[in-house]
Amino acid sequence: MLASERKPQGFDFDLCKRNDWLEKQGLKTLKPWSTGTTICGVVFKDGVVLGADTRSTAGETVADKNCEKIHFMAPNIYCCGAGTAADTENVTGMISSQLELHRFRTGRESRVVTSLTLLKSHLFRYQGYISAALVLGGVDCKGPHLFTVFPHGSTDALPFCTMGSGSLNAMAVYESGYKEDMTKEEAMELTKRAIRAGIFNDLGSGSNVDLCVITADGAEYLRNIDMPNPRTFTAVPAPFKIGSTPVLKSKDLPVPSLETQVTVETTATAMDMS
Amino acid sequence: MSISTYNGAAIIAMSGKDCVAIGCDLRLGIQNQTLATDFKKVYKIHDRLYLGLAGLATDALTLNQRFQFKHNMYKLREERNMNPATFAHMVSKTLYEKRFGPYFVEPVIAGIDDDGTPYITGMDSLGAMETSKDFMVAGTAPNSLWGVCESFYRPNLGPEELFETISQCLLSGVDRDALSGWGAVVYVIAKDKSFVKTLKGRMD
Repeated sequence: MLASERKPQGFDFDLCKRNDWLEKQGLKTLKPWSTGTTICGVVFKDGVVLGADTRSTAGETVADKNCEKIHFMAPNIYCCGAGTAADTENVTGMISSQLELHRFRTGRESRVVTSLTLLKSHLFRYQGYISAALVLGGVDCKGPHLFTVFPHGSTDALPFCTMGSGSLNAMAVYESGYKEDMTKEEAMELTKRAIRAGIFNDLGSGSNVDLCVITADGAEYLRNIDMPNPRTFTAVPAPFKIGSTPVLKSKDLPVPSLETQVTVETTATAMDMS
Repeated sequence: MSISTYNGAAIIAMSGKDCVAIGCDLRLGIQNQTLATDFKKVYKIHDRLYLGLAGLATDALTLNQRFQFKHNMYKLREERNMNPATFAHMVSKTLYEKRFGPYFVEPVIAGIDDDGTPYITGMDSLGAMETSKDFMVAGTAPNSLWGVCESFYRPNLGPEELFETISQCLLSGVDRDALSGWGAVVYVIAKDKSFVKTLKGRMD
């Protein structure tokens, strides 16, 4: 194996110098996808409801109209992510796998504070450069828990919280509608309204509402529970006539065999065995 | 000037009924100077899996070599080809490893599974994946490509019809982008057939 391929873990900073140099030449770097987002969560009588919109943006362009922002952490813990899409996806994925190993080791259900500590120490180590703003919720042996995690690693424990660019819109709904000891249905309805506030009033948020309800009995992932923005125009255009595109050259490729087959291509010359 | 528009590229992938198609333009330039008109941005991983790399051409070539290498190592170890989803996650993790000094590419992956199910995914330069049911675009003309794909795409097309749709989208999309164009090439992969066609496009 090549030395450069033998990297057990961690980030690779090989290209940083080159990229800095390119930037100094006046070349702007690529815009990563971000989830200019509305995410929120609320504690109710016997559990937690998490909510998220489903728009992902690259600058002003909508990169994904229906992405998933509520990430699985453990069977009893889920986490909403806002910020750079790659960061939220990877940070929750990494911690989720650490939690699974921890469950195998201890034979116990994961606790929400465990995932909170793992998340915040990872984020604090990177001093805010990993831009993930999270809403973490779950139910464990100590009852329901809800936390917000900021990119720099600070955290809050709250009865209701919001994050992302639409956090103000969602918080306005929570502040006006929150009651202690709500029923599951009340909490779901309030969260749905909070996300809709983000979808319609914040440009970084849009499309549909995802909910995740976690109680002591388990988690219910309610993907696209509310779809307030369906297509308003004809979705099925007339097909193009076959042969209408001007073709210069055409070649049939080997029929892709669906059986597993292996040929390792090599450009190197065969070893001299004489 | 941005790194993403230094060389120019346009890539589309589309899925149909038990088939996928992926196409790209053929221009390679350095800013406004066209260097080559036969520069393919779609690379074959195996018979049922293709990878498109838009962005900085030097990084695209380097990454293609790394993925070929990793795929060969996988084949030696596992004695089988990579699944499209497995390959996509490998690409994603390879990009995220360089989170703080990224390769300037936007990959698009198109392939069919062992059972013939189409798989299409796109990524940003940090490896954030977006798996799509219908189509995915990347390159210097994303807005015009998204536009034509949104209006011309229809689900469950056969290989021949899918070829026409993706080709029309690609050709009309690149006509509104100065940095891509100069012909195009489209690969179609279906369960029982597979072909590649070079399209006649505007050469300006």
